[in-house]
Amino acid sequence: MKSKFKIGGIDCANCAAELERAIQKIEEIESCNINFMTEKMELEYDEDKKEEIIKKVKKVIKKEEPDVSIEEI
Amino acid sequence: MKKKRNKIIISLILFLFAIIVNFNNELINNAIFISSYIIVGFEILKKALRNIKKGKVFDENFLMTIATIGAFSIGEFPEAVAVMLFYQIGELFQSYAVDKSRKSISTLMDIRPDFANVERNGELQKVSPEDVRIREIIVVKPGEKIPLDGIVLEGKTTLDTKALTGESLPKEVTEGEEVLSGTINLSGVIKIEVTKEYGESTVSKILDLVENASSKKSKSENFITKFARYYTPIVVIIAVILAILPPLIIKDASFSDWIYRALSFLVVSCPCALVISIPLSFFGGIGGASKIGILIKGSNYLEQLSKTEIVVFDKTGTLTEGVFEVQKVEPIGIEKEELLKVTAYAENYSNHPISASIKKAYNKLIDEKQVIKTEELSGLGIEAKINDKDVLVGNEKLMNAKQIDYTKSNDIGTILYVAIDGKYAGYILIADKIKEDSEKTIKSLKKNNIKQTVMLTGDRENVGENVANKLGIDKVYTELLPDGKVEKVENLLKMKSIKGKLAFVGDGINDAPVLALADIGIAMGGLGSDAAIEAADIVIMTDEPSKIVNAIQLSKRTMRIVKENIVFAIFIKVLVLILSAFGVSTMWEAVFADVGVSIIAIVNALRVLRIKNK
Repeated sequence: MKSKFKIGGIDCANCAAELERAIQKIEEIESCNINFMTEKMELEYDEDKKEEIIKKVKKVIKKEEPDVSIEEI
Repeated sequence: MKKKRNKIIISLILFLFAIIVNFNNELINNAIFISSYIIVGFEILKKALRNIKKGKVFDENFLMTIATIGAFSIGEFPEAVAVMLFYQIGELFQSYAVDKSRKSISTLMDIRPDFANVERNGELQKVSPEDVRIREIIVVKPGEKIPLDGIVLEGKTTLDTKALTGESLPKEVTEGEEVLSGTINLSGVIKIEVTKEYGESTVSKILDLVENASSKKSKSENFITKFARYYTPIVVIIAVILAILPPLIIKDASFSDWIYRALSFLVVSCPCALVISIPLSFFGGIGGASKIGILIKGSNYLEQLSKTEIVVFDKTGTLTEGVFEVQKVEPIGIEKEELLKVTAYAENYSNHPISASIKKAYNKLIDEKQVIKTEELSGLGIEAKINDKDVLVGNEKLMNAKQIDYTKSNDIGTILYVAIDGKYAGYILIADKIKEDSEKTIKSLKKNNIKQTVMLTGDRENVGENVANKLGIDKVYTELLPDGKVEKVENLLKMKSIKGKLAFVGDGINDAPVLALADIGIAMGGLGSDAAIEAADIVIMTDEPSKIVNAIQLSKRTMRIVKENIVFAIFIKVLVLILSAFGVSTMWEAVFADVGVSIIAIVNALRVLRIKNK
């Protein structure tokens, strides 16, 4: 399943790329794509565990870029 | 951003003050430098501290902190402040540039309608476009956006379609015509019967497409992020080695000298500014394209488009209008106008597209009293009595059957021979009209280094070849069934070079498989055709094939800027690294290699946004 998120407070393109790599390392995430210019993140993952996975993603974001917030759209 | 700007200004004033006034007192000078530093760099220091706790040593905040504190510790106060100050100026500039291009693209896409005035129970209600159902009646006043796709029931007006098509001439619409959401009503009040719900309407399809564009990254973007991933650690490691090793090995080498060189390395090690200029260019390219009615679904397609070698066109609806039109009136022994008139009268009762095209060419009211009798002769044509004249309109077979002495025409298309009172009076040629800019398109494609242009059509050989010859197309395949088109494109894909790309241009109707098969699928006349928008990688909103040339030129321009930025930035950075390793260049050059280069790269990237319409 694919979900899209508005991703706010990311202040550089390299940080976006690093965050993308970090999220991709989460086991249940099939793909993660962060677009710095449009401030959007696209995640592909197993639908059954959605809540759990989103929690993990948020945890990674908090560790990597504490100022960044996400909101599903 | 304003707060940051003010901090930079205050800090800059203090910094210049300390340098220019020079108190002859180191303590005062240094105090001013340090306060200037803290004002501008506090945020960075805070972030750096946070990142150290997490072990993120290659973070740019951390690198800047080390570089500047290092400079302080070896007594290079002005340099330390300058590095931080200019770094922040670079950052500010960067966020300004990003902001600007985001804004300019969102105003470009300011087509979302906010409300709809719907007629319910005899009165007008202002509702959100999402709440309007199919077949409801909406009223749109001048100055308002058309909120949903529909048919005009009442009134006439002109529409501004610029936001959708890039076309600056207003379009006139009257009763019975289709209107598309996202266009702006300019002059009159119109009543519209809604034909599509909001989610299915043109405006939401387009917004969806634009907002999801560039989710696919180009190779250049991936290259630069990958480069950054290795670049920073390597530079930092070399910096550490540079600071420690030479003073231990080389005699007379002082620690402070080599530390200074190492610090210059750290200043140059930040990759972020380099990284940003690439997506910024693509974003600008995609935005600029949508400004002229070309929607590109991702930066990878923009990149591929610049490598196009073969452009394959579908004929009908792409290079030709797909509408029958009178191309030629060849009278014999009578006036041109008279021939057209007689034919139009004879065809008056027929609803065939051919008859329609003749009546359209005649374009005058037909006085039905003058049409005494008409009879359709199946497979041959029409026999009619117009006033006192016996008129025959039809194909060769009709002329033969009625033993008319006529001359066969070699023109290509549908030919109607006309005889009046048993005497041949000439013929009318009807054919699918070639679009105005088709020929120009093929020519400009050649000029833009497209190696081969190909046309595919289901039409008969003579019709297809005639069009191809007129346009100067290299290769034409005729009488193709839909799967025949797939096969031809498969073969053509094998003919291009390894890096070259094949673009297929179609109108999105029946050619979805080919659009998907080609490296780049381009759908024309995207307005109103959902299938096209979904199947294609690039959607051209208007019916003009010349937009393909615009798109290719734009992609080449974008790629040139991207390459310029990559080469320029890497070259300067490496150069300064080498020079500072040998102690030739100072920290000031390092600051330039970091901030100066990024500003130049960003300014260069912003150039993409400046695109003139046509």
